[in-house]
Amino acid sequence: MTDLSKIRNFSIIAHIDHGKSTLADRLIQRTGGLTDREMSAQVLDNMDIEKERGITIKAQTVRLDYTARDGQSYILNLMDTPGHVDFAYEVSRSLAACEGALLVVDAAQGVEAQTLANVYQSIEHDHEIVPVINKIDLPAAEPEKVKAEIEDIIGLPADEAVLASAKSGIGIDEILEAIVTKIPPPKGDRDAPLKAMLVDSWYDPYLGVVILIRVIDGVIKKGQNIKFMQAGTQHLVDRVGAFRPKIENLPELGPGEVGFITAQIKEIAQTRVGDTITDVKKPAAQALEGFKEVQPVVFCGLFPVDANDFEKLRESISKLRLNDASFSFEMESSAALGFGFRCGFLGLLHLEIIQERLTREYDLDLITTAPSVVYRLHLRHTKDEAAKTIELHNPADMPDPNRIESIEEPWIEATIYVPDEYLGPILKLCQDRRGIQKNLTYVAGRAQLTYELPLNEVVFDFYDRLKSISRGYASFDYHQIGHREGDLVKMNILVNAEPVDALSMIVHRSQAEARGRHMCERLKDLIPRHLFKIPIQAAIGGKVIARETIAALRKDVTAKCYGGDATRKRKLLEKQKEGKKRMREYGSVSIPQEAFIAALRMGDES
Amino acid sequence: MLKQVQHDGGGLEDALALYIHWPFCVSKCPYCDFNSHVREAVDQAQWREALLVDMAHEAALLPERRLTSIFFGGGTPSLMPPATVAALLEAAERHWGLAPDIEITLEANPSSVEAARFADLAAAGVNRVSLGLQSLDNQALRFLGRAHDVEEGLGALDTAQKHFSRVSFDLIYALPEQDEAAWEAELARALSFGTGHMSLYQLTIEPGTRFAALFAKGELAPKDADEAAGFYELTQAMTGAAGLPAYETSNHARPGEESRHNLTYWRYGTYAGIGPGAHGRRGGLATQRHRKPENWLSALARNGHGLQEEAPLAPTDQAMEALLMGLRLREGVDLDRIAALVGKGVADIVDLAAAGRLERAELIRRDGERLAVTPRGMILLDAILAEVVRA
Ligand SMILES: Nc1nc2c(ncn2[C@@H]2O[C@H](COP(=O)(O)OP(=O)(O)O)[C@@H](O)[C@H]2O)c(=O)[nH]1
Ligand SMILES: [Mg+2]
Repeated sequence: MTDLSKIRNFSIIAHIDHGKSTLADRLIQRTGGLTDREMSAQVLDNMDIEKERGITIKAQTVRLDYTARDGQSYILNLMDTPGHVDFAYEVSRSLAACEGALLVVDAAQGVEAQTLANVYQSIEHDHEIVPVINKIDLPAAEPEKVKAEIEDIIGLPADEAVLASAKSGIGIDEILEAIVTKIPPPKGDRDAPLKAMLVDSWYDPYLGVVILIRVIDGVIKKGQNIKFMQAGTQHLVDRVGAFRPKIENLPELGPGEVGFITAQIKEIAQTRVGDTITDVKKPAAQALEGFKEVQPVVFCGLFPVDANDFEKLRESISKLRLNDASFSFEMESSAALGFGFRCGFLGLLHLEIIQERLTREYDLDLITTAPSVVYRLHLRHTKDEAAKTIELHNPADMPDPNRIESIEEPWIEATIYVPDEYLGPILKLCQDRRGIQKNLTYVAGRAQLTYELPLNEVVFDFYDRLKSISRGYASFDYHQIGHREGDLVKMNILVNAEPVDALSMIVHRSQAEARGRHMCERLKDLIPRHLFKIPIQAAIGGKVIARETIAALRKDVTAKCYGGDATRKRKLLEKQKEGKKRMREYGSVSIPQEAFIAALRMGDES
Repeated sequence: MLKQVQHDGGGLEDALALYIHWPFCVSKCPYCDFNSHVREAVDQAQWREALLVDMAHEAALLPERRLTSIFFGGGTPSLMPPATVAALLEAAERHWGLAPDIEITLEANPSSVEAARFADLAAAGVNRVSLGLQSLDNQALRFLGRAHDVEEGLGALDTAQKHFSRVSFDLIYALPEQDEAAWEAELARALSFGTGHMSLYQLTIEPGTRFAALFAKGELAPKDADEAAGFYELTQAMTGAAGLPAYETSNHARPGEESRHNLTYWRYGTYAGIGPGAHGRRGGLATQRHRKPENWLSALARNGHGLQEEAPLAPTDQAMEALLMGLRLREGVDLDRIAALVGKGVADIVDLAAAGRLERAELIRRDGERLAVTPRGMILLDAILAEVVRA
């Protein structure tokens, strides 16, 4: 075990693209964790999607050996935290495993919303925060201005901020030195009963479920019987180690140390982030604080474009869940789309990541239905049923409106950070989305906005709109603040008088008409003309609130067709019939799959 | 009835048509996707011999039938030496015998050089020409990549009308720059020439043509379906009023002046096809010759015929072909006969529910065993076929 005073546990807080991953790589390189040859760019982001999107999805950790200027050897544990609001809880657990953080701010971009949210969390965890101003090699770098922002906006002293360039290796030694001198060592009692936090877990095909832990008190060893206090399960530890970033087996992990264990666990669902690990024989008296069951907040249906792919989809989703217990799925059937799954996600980005992995890694063509949030419905009693409250994940399951006493929807508090010049349109966007303004402050040419917003307004393309209105300059962060009653209705879309279940959605009454009009307009462009005219309507109950008509086809005929063309024409017709199989029939209207995908896609509202 | 039809070669009528493909052109037109090739020199003796051998092969497989029509298509068959045409017609007579009223058509380019051969072609036995006039507007002719101008074209038409009792010509309309008024004037002029037959095609962009490449680059904007519909309707009204109504989607004739040869295709009769790329239908078999002239020649030398493929057509494929060809005709199809030909029930070959819907929409008409697309429906034929044809 390592002397507590020689351990430093820290994370890196940064807005996306400010250089967190690059800096992490540089720290690994400088402390000799990997040879230059082994350094592939951005070691810690090891999923393809993470690399491409530059987002860390799973918490990663790496143990660095560092000999400081005082001549002493230290062990530095770097926790790379997930970088997106959807994974806010995971972030909070990673932060809870550290005593300090590097706050990395892009010298040209300055402080952004995501920086703020994470830095406040870090402060709440009593972290010592070391500001690092990165990318000082850029011509546009304004380190003095950024220092002022850190002081004005965040309220942290920045005179000792390290000026660095992760890219060109400037300031790396100063950062390492600051970690040792400024961030306090962990506290802990080796002789107390084992108490360790489950920081993260993932499935490894060779090792099974790997669990990332931070030991608070006591010692954890191979062969030990341990217990997960929240899950209530017991396991036998069969491996203890750390990442350097290569796996290294260790005899034990003691107080203050960060590392991993394996314990013959098959399913990641058994390992809940934030759980407390203790010894079976000599258990801790109390579990760690702050454990939370993560709940999906955004739901959507995933259907295979080709009905024959349903089993493949089931297998693929099950496999993905091996590594991500935070999303849920259950079978769903839709008249429009056939068999698929209703899936729950931590947020929109999480949804997109899963959808993208299914498409890319499992080679599936998918239709994703409109994302929906979880509504709480208070139902009146009936002759044979008492009044009750239910949760609604799918607009298709909406009960008879007469039965509904009231509906509650989830709300969030959003922090938006935006250059002054875009403030007007952003305020309008928030207002249009039923937002309630809580706060507005200006610092250094930028506005910090706090709004309460219904989550269902946010899942419908809010983020994309925000980005496009502000040309990418606005940043956005949110957390949930509970359910509130709202005047919500189910809106149906009818094509040629037939309701299309996959397109129905729950909307606020005040938004229904605009949303309905938008959907009708989109569908008008997406459904090909038929031999007859096709009305498209949006309706609440029996009341039509928007309407478009697709005119009948006027001309569709091959000009020339002689003897030799019989074969070609027949093949064309066969292909056309094949194409029709990819359409969904609504009465006599054929709707191409692409129309569902496009109509439901977020972010195309103009 | 069924027996007799099969004995006759598996078609729907007793006609027997012979198609002869001459694949050479002086240059390739930007809209044309036919099997045409530009060659510096053509060994005329070799080609005559080769076509004769290819014909003999088909004749041996279709014995005891008399030809009811012969069609020289291309390419540009008006570039064939009249002696070759004469030799082929003599051979056809020897192999099969010719029906007394046989129709012998040759596609001709309306140039003065070719018009000079009309007399010899008529003497060889050709009794009908189809002239590729394409337009009565010089600018449009240039756009279409044609070598002749209006004056030369009309001169050729004049010559043709002197030498052949039956003359047809082609026009292409709904060109990008054309408006309805211009087409109306052009068509009125065309109708005044007094031919008994006209093929009027809307410009379509065919894959593999130069127009397709221009279209892909955004340098050619064909009329959209709504605009084109107006042109089509205008065409129907004018030709109808002039006594040359459409008997097929794009073909117009004075009653009795229809192309018998093409009717054999559309009525799904028996046709032999010889020469590069020619297709045929005989006895439930689909035949296709090698498309490239050189490949066809070497196949002939090797095998004694130019066939690239001869494949039996599944009954459903035959039904599909009979329907998609036959429904191009104003007269429509005889569903009972098609069903009998392929040994299926009517309900197996057409979607009766869809047919009912379309009939209520007055896009098709059913009359006993006959099914026909209405004049109003003809402009939507492809969409109708997709609904009504079972496969
Ligand atoms: N010029 C410059 N670019 C940097 C520096 N650090 C990172 N970058 C670039 O900024 C982009 C985002 O960096 P990354 O480490 O992925 O950021 P993350 O999203 O915070 O992990 C990448 O293109 C990096 O190469 C730096 O110090 N100077
Ligand atoms: Mg990164």
